[in-house]
Amino acid sequence: MNFPMTLRIAFKALNRNKMRSGLTMLGIIIGVSAVIAMIAVGSGAKARIQEQIASMGSNLLIVLSGSATSGGLRFGTGSVPTLTVDDAKAIAAELPSVKYSAPVLTGVVQIVSGNQNWSTVAYGSTPEALLIRDWPVVNGRALTQADVDGRTAVCLLGQTVADNLFGDMDPVGQIVRIKKFPFTVVGVLALKGQTTWGQDQDDTLYVPLTTSQRLLFGRNFPGMVRSISVQATSANTLKQAEEEITQLLRQRHRLRPDQENDFSVRNLTEAMSTAEESARVMSLLLGAIASIALLVGGIGIMNIMLVSVTERTREIGIRLAVGARERDILYQFLIEALVLSLIGGLIGLIIGVSASQLISHFFKWPTLVSLEALLLSFSFAGGVGIFFGFYPARKAAKLDPIEALRYE
Amino acid sequence: MDDLIRVEHLIKIYYLGEVQVPALKGVDLCIRAGEFVAIMGASGSGKSTFMNILGCLDRPSQGRYFLEGTDVSGLTKDDLARIRNEKIGFVFQSFNLLNRTTALENIELPLFYNNTSSRTRHQKATEALTGVGLSGRGHHLPSQLSGGQQQRVAIARALVNRPSLILADEPTGNLDTRTSLEIIEIFQKLNQQSRITIILVTHEQEIASYAGRHVIFRDGKIIQDLSFQPRQAADDLALMPTPTEEAIA
Repeated sequence: MNFPMTLRIAFKALNRNKMRSGLTMLGIIIGVSAVIAMIAVGSGAKARIQEQIASMGSNLLIVLSGSATSGGLRFGTGSVPTLTVDDAKAIAAELPSVKYSAPVLTGVVQIVSGNQNWSTVAYGSTPEALLIRDWPVVNGRALTQADVDGRTAVCLLGQTVADNLFGDMDPVGQIVRIKKFPFTVVGVLALKGQTTWGQDQDDTLYVPLTTSQRLLFGRNFPGMVRSISVQATSANTLKQAEEEITQLLRQRHRLRPDQENDFSVRNLTEAMSTAEESARVMSLLLGAIASIALLVGGIGIMNIMLVSVTERTREIGIRLAVGARERDILYQFLIEALVLSLIGGLIGLIIGVSASQLISHFFKWPTLVSLEALLLSFSFAGGVGIFFGFYPARKAAKLDPIEALRYE
Repeated sequence: MDDLIRVEHLIKIYYLGEVQVPALKGVDLCIRAGEFVAIMGASGSGKSTFMNILGCLDRPSQGRYFLEGTDVSGLTKDDLARIRNEKIGFVFQSFNLLNRTTALENIELPLFYNNTSSRTRHQKATEALTGVGLSGRGHHLPSQLSGGQQQRVAIARALVNRPSLILADEPTGNLDTRTSLEIIEIFQKLNQQSRITIILVTHEQEIASYAGRHVIFRDGKIIQDLSFQPRQAADDLALMPTPTEEAIA
């Protein structure tokens, strides 16, 4: 018995009971579309987290000043600046696993322009700081080494600060006051959005390190910085960079082996990968729950195929009598189940993709439909068809021809 | 030596739980190619069991069955399916056509299972349909045909693979007298012109009288095996009054 023939018999049999075939397919349709939509939601969440990791700057390490202990009282990390500008320079110059390093001073400042004012976090750093964070300037120019060397009173504004102070006006070239000192706005940073924990990355401003030391923060501890941002050469060298920095700084700070580090190295990418991992797990879980629907659809197929085998007992008897072998009957019913599940799978595919589009359109959830997810759920539907179709098909094939012919 | 069928001491026992029910208690029979045999007997006499074994639908518990010289009692299910497909044609009392499937497709059915090309299938089926006098009705569904016509389609299906043996199980049981005679006439023609062996199960003496040999079963054994000069269905049909309504199609 050839395949196209068997396929035709299957279509004919399914066509005979349109309502029943449709309802059976519905189970598979719901299952497949649920799997696709759920995987799309999960992958969308994952993709957004990856985007945020990228926005933070890739392969990023942050070296923080150590904690101070005074009269048995321990202050928090960064309470005493132990890192110097020279430490930052040494890290960049001596360590092969480090691409850039930038000393950073930070502090909350009030910035005033005309009759508007705004409180934000100011960063005093070198031009490398923005390279590390992969953060371009969209309007005006970036900070330069000349700004750092000349201690010029210039600043770069984040989008949020620019919007709040200037609204629709072009901030470039305007004078703002920070801690009463006049600064010229030379540029506006590109929009970066929120971090995973909801912090607005655009609510910030950058000034040259030297300027910030002189005018804004650096008075108490000259030459000291609060932190150093470091970018490793690649994701693979991140761990190595972390160790090398620790070694180098211990050496530079002349710490004896029994002394604790007076600084700490934070691996931000690692923290983010945890978030990414949990998004992946969520995606998997959603897919698993949805596949239960697909499984239930498969049971529906089995149910209907069993009914169909019983109803068509006589037909099976006739086929056996005129020379059908057991496997001819087995294939016939198996292909019928497969056709049911694959057509259902195809319709489910279309509905699942449309549902994903609707979800991202109406709920503003990011969704991502991948080819792998489509292929996976479609072949899963086929697998369900074969798995749940096998028992009824076998039952049909094992019928005794004599009894089947007598069946009323 | 040209025995088409030879059975030796055929025994068939059914098991109903612990109870053994012997249906055939040692049957010996030879049928030569080209014979027209009527098998008779009351219900429960074992004739249906015997027919199932002859048709390779069932296997004997003991004894041997040679079909065209080969012992088929030990063959696998797949081999039996092939024999049913190639060597045996079945005609049943209740026609056993596939509903919602045209006459032509019903006739093609045995050809599906021996990989005949679609063109040959159609050609052979059309020939067979013409052979039973139903040309032009290939696209009718069984429900659109009269009982007699349905049985002709079933005969065409049985013939389409050119079998050497036709097994007919009460083929006229659901038909009126005239239609029954017409069906018997077809069988006689096949038997006399094409030398196809026909084994007919019936409990009507009237129908059996058209067969050249009567084998009578009782309690799982053959109690009588006689040869006759058969009546000719064609002659009897000619004597019957012309029908007022031939076909109800």
